[in-house]
Amino acid sequence: MDLKELYQDIILEHGKSPRNFGKCEGYNHQAKGHNPLCGDQIQIYLKVNNEKKVEDLTFEGSGCAISMASTSIMTELVKGKSFSIAKNIINAFLDMIKNAPDIKSSDLNEDQKTKIMSLSGVKQYPMRVKCATLAWHTLTSAMEGKGEEVNTEAID
Amino acid sequence: MDISEIKSQFPIFSNKVNGKPLVYLDSSNSSQKPISVLKTLDNFYKNEFSNVGRSIHSLAVNATNKFEETRTSIKTFINADSKNEIIFTKNATESINLVATTFGQQNIQKGDEILITELEHHSNYVPWHYLRETKGAIIKFAPINEDGDIIIDKFKELITKKTKIIAVTHLSNVTGTIVPIKEIVEIAHKKNIPVLVDGCQSAPHIKIDVKDLDCDFYAISCHKVYGPTGLGILYAKKKWLEKLPPYIGGGGMISEVKKDKITYAPVPEKYEAGTMPTAEVVAFNESIKFMQSIGIKNIMNHEKELTDYALEKLKKINSVNIIGNPKNKAGVISFTIKGVHPHDISTIVDEEGVAIRAGHHCCQILHQRLGLAATARASFGIYNNHEDIDILCKSIEKCRKVFNLK
Repeated sequence: MDLKELYQDIILEHGKSPRNFGKCEGYNHQAKGHNPLCGDQIQIYLKVNNEKKVEDLTFEGSGCAISMASTSIMTELVKGKSFSIAKNIINAFLDMIKNAPDIKSSDLNEDQKTKIMSLSGVKQYPMRVKCATLAWHTLTSAMEGKGEEVNTEAID
Repeated sequence: MDISEIKSQFPIFSNKVNGKPLVYLDSSNSSQKPISVLKTLDNFYKNEFSNVGRSIHSLAVNATNKFEETRTSIKTFINADSKNEIIFTKNATESINLVATTFGQQNIQKGDEILITELEHHSNYVPWHYLRETKGAIIKFAPINEDGDIIIDKFKELITKKTKIIAVTHLSNVTGTIVPIKEIVEIAHKKNIPVLVDGCQSAPHIKIDVKDLDCDFYAISCHKVYGPTGLGILYAKKKWLEKLPPYIGGGGMISEVKKDKITYAPVPEKYEAGTMPTAEVVAFNESIKFMQSIGIKNIMNHEKELTDYALEKLKKINSVNIIGNPKNKAGVISFTIKGVHPHDISTIVDEEGVAIRAGHHCCQILHQRLGLAATARASFGIYNNHEDIDILCKSIEKCRKVFNLK
């Protein structure tokens, strides 16, 4: 295990200064995510237009460097995308964290792939995987509009 | 007292974690086990195993005697009046649930009040919450001050004619606050209110004398007292055990069973339905002997000295914030580092072989009161020494380095 792989500069930087933080104006979807193991909570705010495109995506909450960076990077990558592309990106991310050696997605450019791959170090720390995935599961919940709180302990 | 000799009695410390010697600072969560306890568990299963209290063959008689010897040892350990006041349970959580359920069934009506404190572990809140849900009871929380001490005047004010029971921890698993139980029991008993004490954190670290405390119920978790998992203790005054209804029904807790009537066994069997964690009870006697061989005063002195040393060293590290500053503090130090989340702290120090806990430590009410989502916690056992603290502090410096803190 190598801490430097887990705590890459990009993660520390996003963790310290998360992007798209706060409540966006005119949001029409939202969801709460909760990791009961550590008490971390996030709220995702999503503004979707008539063409099912993510016009704005922001979040509020607190958590560890991994969860904050993961959420921040997610908002950057998904903002402006259509629902179907957003879903592909979410699935590609979850696949990378759980199974795949790298990110497989035709919807991301090389820079974006590098950014998202910075989170792959978490694979070596099984207890921390949920820190990285909380936001992505919560975004799915917000997109589906079920209004249920995402609980990391209820997710495989 | 030779701590390295004591430490050598714990086989786990000969292992390495992430290639480093184990620095175990999570004893509030659960303690490690001395070899005598492990050998007794092994020997009991290999050479002495039988169920207890039922059959009359030689193995069963021997097992029953050993099982009951532990009960007698616990009686002496906590200075109870009688060994029949010692009930074996699955864990302290079950001990508290036992009291909440049976006491609640008999004594709680809609609008009755249960007084607990902001320091409580979830296991001394959730069982009472069930009575709020099922009986319409009201739960009140005695507040703490910024130091983490219960504000006794406010505590007194919260007692009303409706208060039916008070449940309070002896030692906070977050702030390390040693709660003045004797004073609380005196206040409660003046108004004829029984007191349950959650002794999970106190039992391994400070002297317990239930007669002196005069509490009505005292719950202990054996795995925190250098003993096996799967075993808890409920001390209760005999009058309560006789008065309250049984909890779990089944074999071993009955006297006579007919198609239209069942009578229950006398205490303690009335509360010990089904096959108990037999080997664990037998082995727990060795945990008590282990503590007695060191002496509770020596344990207290060592852990106090270690806590003072740790606090002094931790306070010198920039951006470390110690949670609480209670009047009497045991070897539990919760802290935060400005700019580093407790989970990140735990992951980083783990690389150095340091086991601490990060999170809310099953005390969300307390964390809400302190305005914190999570804290990191180092908690001590008799096997810890100055070197452990030094390694902890070095690994905290590493957190600061990883996060580029100045």
